[in-house]
Amino acid sequence: MTDRKHVVMATFRRPGWLRLYYVLLFLLFWEVAARLYNDPLFFSPPSEAALALVTILSDGGVRHALAQALLEIVVAFLLSAALGIALGLLIGLSRFAYHTFFKLILILYGIPKITIFPLILLYFGIGAGTKIAFGFAHGVFPILEAVIAGVQSQDAGLVKAANAMGAKRRHFFRWVIFPQLVPGLFTGMRLGMVGVLLGVILAELYVSYFGIGYYTTRFSQNFEPAKLFALVGILAAMAIALNETLRRLEIHFTRWSVSTLGSA
Amino acid sequence: MPDVASPLRGREKIAVRCTQVALAVGLLAAWHYATATKTVSSLMLPPPQDVVLQFIGILRAGTFWSDLAVTFQEIIVSFLIAAIAGVALGFAASRRRLDVQVFEPLLAALYAIPIIVIYPLYVLFFGLGPNSKIALGATTAFFPIALNTITGFAGVPRRLLDASRVMGASHWKMLRHVLIPAAFPLIVAGLRIGLILAFLSIIGGEMLASYRGIGRLIIDQAEAMNSARMYGYIVFLLILSLVLNALVFAAESWVSGRRRHRA
Repeated sequence: MTDRKHVVMATFRRPGWLRLYYVLLFLLFWEVAARLYNDPLFFSPPSEAALALVTILSDGGVRHALAQALLEIVVAFLLSAALGIALGLLIGLSRFAYHTFFKLILILYGIPKITIFPLILLYFGIGAGTKIAFGFAHGVFPILEAVIAGVQSQDAGLVKAANAMGAKRRHFFRWVIFPQLVPGLFTGMRLGMVGVLLGVILAELYVSYFGIGYYTTRFSQNFEPAKLFALVGILAAMAIALNETLRRLEIHFTRWSVSTLGSA
Repeated sequence: MPDVASPLRGREKIAVRCTQVALAVGLLAAWHYATATKTVSSLMLPPPQDVVLQFIGILRAGTFWSDLAVTFQEIIVSFLIAAIAGVALGFAASRRRLDVQVFEPLLAALYAIPIIVIYPLYVLFFGLGPNSKIALGATTAFFPIALNTITGFAGVPRRLLDASRVMGASHWKMLRHVLIPAAFPLIVAGLRIGLILAFLSIIGGEMLASYRGIGRLIIDQAEAMNSARMYGYIVFLLILSLVLNALVFAAESWVSGRRRHRA
């Protein structure tokens, strides 16, 4: 084989291209299967779904519902992160708080939050508050757990060294506690984001006046699978984009913390 | 850093226990007060005594068994599908480094999507029966199982593989004596996460769109405005989930313990 052929083959063996190849293969398979199955009331090929994408996005109501959902997700996540970190620090650093609350947190983490949905609905009503609260209920626990675990697993050597150098409390937080907290925190935040997504979308599906749930119900009951596929596709893309954003942030921040600690 | 997690000594223990009990009692008292003084409509939040009565009534009536069986069957079937597919695909994807690099990010990206968004599609396609719940549970549980399996098998230390190859191990022997034991803890952890996720998503699916099942029972009461009975079923569900969690964690410990002894 010539050199050029080697280079071309080597390029296409890169993971990025192969991933694209497999995704396209999957889309092709889906297209063929849908055409063979041929029931436009219940199943739709990707080509139809792509066309339907244009149709539903031109509908102002759908755009508003999507924007609303995105807003709810972002607010719920910021709340989860803020409270998760704040409470996590408080509980992780206090002997009394830890022993009183940690088991409770683990139990709450494990039970289906659906069970408190009626209470949330009762208190917040049909609007955005319920979605945000439900998203928060799902998202705060992984972050809490990650922060508490992170605070507990601080390197004793670093703590002693900082102490010996006369670090004040705020120095401790900025230069010792937070950098070591960061990797575990981001893992927790990724799980938290998944939880928030689940909570908000679940709430939207249960109780929706003009939100996502309204449109999924409408497209299902009108037997318009192409539009349903398109809507689901947008939500999936939203989820992937948010997760990817967090991942990029994580890479950015862990790079910093590793270089600060040097060979520690 | 204060020594936070070490076991409690005498007086600390009393203080902690008292606080926990006080919190629990306080919550119960607040609940009772809110409903007794009619601050909250009993249609929305029934008095605790009514909930307890309804819960006992549910247990006595014994009509929940058929729905419990449906839910249970959905969980088992979806978990088996996810486990077999997840472990098989996870193993296949872990054999070459290139495959791991291709598939692991794909699976991780898909894992980030709450599978509940696909649920309307499943309901449209499979209907309101158990199949849509099984599809939902299987899809949800598949990802953590497959991802953990890939990580487990791909992360087996090279030196173990090289050593066994040098000693003349066949593919099958390597699989049985090196790969599987090394990957086992991660795979079991993945299976545990998958089972819990299957349970949670199936209950959610039953509450959204179903004929039968525990979730359906809860929604039935909600639609009939029988708040006390609905909360009774919710308590039932809570106990069910605590039992399931305990069983799954115990199973994981037992399996890990046995392997350690054999090694």
